[in-house]
Amino acid sequence: MFSNPLIYFVVIPLLMLGALALCANIKQIRAVAVAGSVALMALSTYVLLEYLDMRAAGDNAPMLFVDSWQWFTPLNIHLAVGVDGISIAMLVLSSVIIFAGSFASWQIPQPKAFFLWLILLSTGVFGFFISIDLFTMFMFYEVALIPMYLLIGVWGSGNKNYSAMKLTLMLMGGSAFLMLGLIGIYYHSSADGHLTWNILEIARNGAISSGWQYFLFPMTFVGFGVLGAMFPFHTWSPDGHASAPTAVSMLHAGVLMKLGGYGCFRVAIYLMPQAANELAWIFLILTGVSVVYGAFSACVQTDLKYINAYSSVSHCGLVLFAILMLNTTAMTGAIMQMLSHGLMTALFFALIGMIYGRTHTRDIRLMGGLMKIMPYLAVCYVIAGMASLGLPGLSGFVAEMTIFVGSFQNADMFHRVFTIVACCSIVITAVYILRVVGKLLFGPVQDKHHEELTDATWWERLSTVTLIVSVAAIGCFPNFFANLIKTTFSPEIFTVLGLN
Amino acid sequence: MDYSQFLAMKQEIGLLIVFLLVFLYDTFMPRSAGKQLPVFASVLMLIFTAACCFCPCLAGSESAFAGMYETSAVIAAIKNILNIGVVIVLIQSVKWANSEEMAPRRGEFYELLLVTLFGMYLMISARHFLLFVIGLESASLPLAAMVALDKNRYESSEAAIKYILTAVFSSAVFMMGLSFVYALSGSLYFQNIYLALTGQHSTMLVLALAFVISGVGFKLSLVPFHLWTADVYQGAPTSVTSYLSVISKGAAAFAFLVILCQAFGAVYANIWEWMLYALIILTITVGNLFAIRQRNMKRFLAFSSVSQAGYIMLGVIAFNAMGLAALMYYILVYIFSNLAAFGVIGAIENATGKVSMDDYRGLSKTNPRLSLCMMLAMFSLAGIPPFAGFFSKFFIFTGAINQGSVAIYVLVLIALINTIISLYYYLLVVKAMYIAEEAPVVETFKSSCGERIGLWITIAGIIGLGIVSCVYNFLLDTTATSAINAYFM
Repeated sequence: MFSNPLIYFVVIPLLMLGALALCANIKQIRAVAVAGSVALMALSTYVLLEYLDMRAAGDNAPMLFVDSWQWFTPLNIHLAVGVDGISIAMLVLSSVIIFAGSFASWQIPQPKAFFLWLILLSTGVFGFFISIDLFTMFMFYEVALIPMYLLIGVWGSGNKNYSAMKLTLMLMGGSAFLMLGLIGIYYHSSADGHLTWNILEIARNGAISSGWQYFLFPMTFVGFGVLGAMFPFHTWSPDGHASAPTAVSMLHAGVLMKLGGYGCFRVAIYLMPQAANELAWIFLILTGVSVVYGAFSACVQTDLKYINAYSSVSHCGLVLFAILMLNTTAMTGAIMQMLSHGLMTALFFALIGMIYGRTHTRDIRLMGGLMKIMPYLAVCYVIAGMASLGLPGLSGFVAEMTIFVGSFQNADMFHRVFTIVACCSIVITAVYILRVVGKLLFGPVQDKHHEELTDATWWERLSTVTLIVSVAAIGCFPNFFANLIKTTFSPEIFTVLGLN
Repeated sequence: MDYSQFLAMKQEIGLLIVFLLVFLYDTFMPRSAGKQLPVFASVLMLIFTAACCFCPCLAGSESAFAGMYETSAVIAAIKNILNIGVVIVLIQSVKWANSEEMAPRRGEFYELLLVTLFGMYLMISARHFLLFVIGLESASLPLAAMVALDKNRYESSEAAIKYILTAVFSSAVFMMGLSFVYALSGSLYFQNIYLALTGQHSTMLVLALAFVISGVGFKLSLVPFHLWTADVYQGAPTSVTSYLSVISKGAAAFAFLVILCQAFGAVYANIWEWMLYALIILTITVGNLFAIRQRNMKRFLAFSSVSQAGYIMLGVIAFNAMGLAALMYYILVYIFSNLAAFGVIGAIENATGKVSMDDYRGLSKTNPRLSLCMMLAMFSLAGIPPFAGFFSKFFIFTGAINQGSVAIYVLVLIALINTIISLYYYLLVVKAMYIAEEAPVVETFKSSCGERIGLWITIAGIIGLGIVSCVYNFLLDTTATSAINAYFM
């Protein structure tokens, strides 16, 4: 069992939990958090390199490092793991953000409990990305959701009780639909009675009849779509992000919302290609609304976190939007967008947390001229903003460009119109980003007390630099990532691509 | 009559021996030794449970008294599950039983409890309605006395009166149903009823089933027969409430499944599937909605247990081996989760006398371990992984959907949406303990040894029962080879 490297993505966080429980002071807690997240980064890099080697050696299996251990034998539930390029990209993303998040919560009150919940959350995240068994996948998915309640409720700010409850209940509501969908998939997973939860086997069997696909596809897509902030189920996201503490916002917007997109892609579309092909238009409309509506909402907000949360709704909407285009280019763009949005939104939330920690306000009307007071943080903010509005050389440009090129490949009127509508969001993004940058960073200093504030500390610099480097890496070497994820997008593996 | 038939009742005989030893100890030991009675009874019950769990002689199927009594591996397993629950209840109640005002009635608690457990054994094993009624009555009536054990408290007596009146009334209804069944089939043997009813459909049969289901529905506190639950749970001593909420409910749920399958299995699709369908939706929804407004923790758990009974019934409506296994597993997990919650409530009540949810505010600051136990119990009841409650919910839904009809998908969806409501009120408790910023109400205190052992066991169960798959695997393997499968269509 322990010869498979993937299992350590769950083992390391569990060891961290054990170590944290034994910690006596803040230094030990920080040491555990940093050591653990470095170990996770190292592990994901190792898996990434191994994966590329194996692919270069000509291994064409849909997933590598595949392994499966029996768990609930009579129900054929296994602890099954396996990764392809997409999961690896997500694993790398998660480990980077957890690393940055540990530094961003360097001075959190009640650090022990905070990190315990945060690491439990990341156990769920990593477990989700390595699982290829629907049951374990769902279990890890829910493990990742519930710590949010306490993280927001205890360490949050503002209207935290309401936000925490709303977020938890809405996400759990999504997972209620999801659970029914997954059990339904299980009972139709095989034509010859050997029912299975294993994604690869279900895809290979292709036994789900089109009638059942019509029922199960919306169930699973909506279930995951709630976490992907699909309109009209996105309302948890602004409140939740606004109330959450910095590291939790980072992890939630950066990684957890990707669980939704990844799930839609890996379960809903991968396993039910026919229904995906025929019902995609419904969800395309909803996600199209997300994209534009999120961007417009961000324009009128005055709270930094709300601005960013609505921009997340818009960008995550774009992920689902691109996935539903059902062609290789757009889907590649969707994965790039997941990475790009994950990193830059984490950067945004980290910076907002750092600014809020100094000024004690997030209202942009009460701040100004921060460029003079804290130049380092201000420059980082500009970089994040540029990434968000799609400056070439940073990740946002690559992702959005790929998405829109891919979307435009669908030649019919419906898709073209929606692509153009979604394209408008780029302009709106520029509006709200530049508005914030102009008000917050330039102009006169609004509050005399702000002039005495200090710039970033070393741990804050480390956290932001990590994220900026990653954002720039995607922007400068997009081909590396495109190659990493391309194997999955062959019509033999991903049948929906062959249907068009 | 061949008296060797009695040897088929191995578990009953064992329980009777435990009862007699407790009774003799209580009667003949000097008054000063009375303080050791709770420990004595707990240890005795523990030994008996361990013996039952590991004794290979219980694996076979046997029947006695011309088929009135039956035992098999599945039946032995459900009795063991109940035993485990009883052991935990006994361990948790040591402090309460040793309190000043309980001293003159200490023995009664244990004797009555064991008698009701004996009654539940009979309910589970009965294959003839006469024996079943004997079991049902001996499981119900002594419970009323147990509810009234705190006789100096007004609420306790009130609860006992409420309990006994509803119990007697529902037995009357149940018996009325039985007389209809007898009229239709000419027998009270489950097997003969099954044969006689095959293919039948009449108004009288519908009426008979409605009466029978409402009679047992009372014990399970299915809506609309749940009205006694909250008052009795609130009024009864906490140890009795915990016994009432898990053991009594678990036994009734299993017995209910046995009756419906073995006696009335032939009219599943025609009649009782739809009755149960409506009952489940009502039970889950009403239980959940009423739980939201409760401030008293015992009333709160009463309504939570009403809705949990609805989930348990999903295992009955599934009408297949998977449903049966999931039902047993659900009962086991529910015993552990609910007893963890009651363990905390009991500990706090014994130490400070506080039972309101408002008193739990800030508990995590003064009693971090107790609040952690409570939180895990709430998460498990709400079905959050990786705790056992998640697995039991998942399996009971999987079992129900195995039945296959579209109606079941709808039912499961309704149940799933209800889990969100239930999550809301379970989180209210977590919120009070961890998030509320008011000053803590309950002072830091040290809970007694028994309470701590009880909590350790239940928490170990909550964490272990799900992740360690062998329990569920064992139950499913046992039920898959059981004779009861013949009744599932």
